[in-house]
Amino acid sequence: MIFQVKVFVTPKSGILDPQGRAVEQSLKSLGFGQVDGVRIGKYIALNVEAASAAEARQMVARMCEQLLANTVIEDYRFEAEGG
Amino acid sequence: MKWGVVSFPGSLDDRDALHALRDVLGQDAIALWHKDEALDGVECVVLPGGFSYGDYLRTGAIARFAPIMKSVARFAADGGLVIGICNGFQILCEAHLLPGALTRNRSLSFICEWVTIRVDNSHTAFTRAARDGELLRLPIKHGEGLYVAPDEELIAMEERGQVILRYVDERGRQSEDANPNGSMHAIAGVANERFNVFGLMPHPEHAVEPMLGGDDGLTLFRSVIASAA
Repeated sequence: MIFQVKVFVTPKSGILDPQGRAVEQSLKSLGFGQVDGVRIGKYIALNVEAASAAEARQMVARMCEQLLANTVIEDYRFEAEGG
Repeated sequence: MKWGVVSFPGSLDDRDALHALRDVLGQDAIALWHKDEALDGVECVVLPGGFSYGDYLRTGAIARFAPIMKSVARFAADGGLVIGICNGFQILCEAHLLPGALTRNRSLSFICEWVTIRVDNSHTAFTRAARDGELLRLPIKHGEGLYVAPDEELIAMEERGQVILRYVDERGRQSEDANPNGSMHAIAGVANERFNVFGLMPHPEHAVEPMLGGDDGLTLFRSVIASAA
């Protein structure tokens, strides 16, 4: 079965995110003074073949731990659809 | 002493490192290729600066899986000396051979300038030719040099003396202004717990001849040579 996977990688809370801070400042200068807590991360889309949704999720978790995220500074979450 | 300088696709400073070691310091230095596994009996491995694999995903994230990195990890586990400069430092962090990580500069800008670095631990194979507190003038050139590590890890690293180099002003004092990239604890260079793996953002290989702006980088290379003797 083929699963369509969306992986979201974001800076851990407490880790300085200079990009997020710069974008937050820009949003505020555009007049969106209500904005707070901007964090910028990555969205990674991939397809994976697995026998079950559980197997697909296990595989993607390993991919995140080993390569897609640097867990020293980043958190990840993902969604897997299909099968 | 026999050195090996690794070239990855996108390495830029491998030739400069070889020049510094061979032509300036008279060392036996060989070029190592990322696809090879043999380290050919070198006594110190240098991972040079550059943009290995285009810095795709994260700096150093792809290079970490190059075939030679398995050998470098084994070499380090056996106590072999490894130096990662700039991109090499990023690769060593990604490979978990050094603690922490390097992220986008606080300014979001690429920085290319000479900075003052203070040696905060001279009792290592990489700094023994310096004195504690000695100041070195070295160039930096990076977009992602902001060193981060979890707070509790930083405290432990400080206690063990793993913070080897720090960004300071010309009088040797730490300050916001003297910290070019916003690194936590103004960290410019760290070692692992065994003190045989060393990563730094400044470029000692670009500071080996007065004609090119300074030769303080020699202090670090000479330390390693003295350690091997």
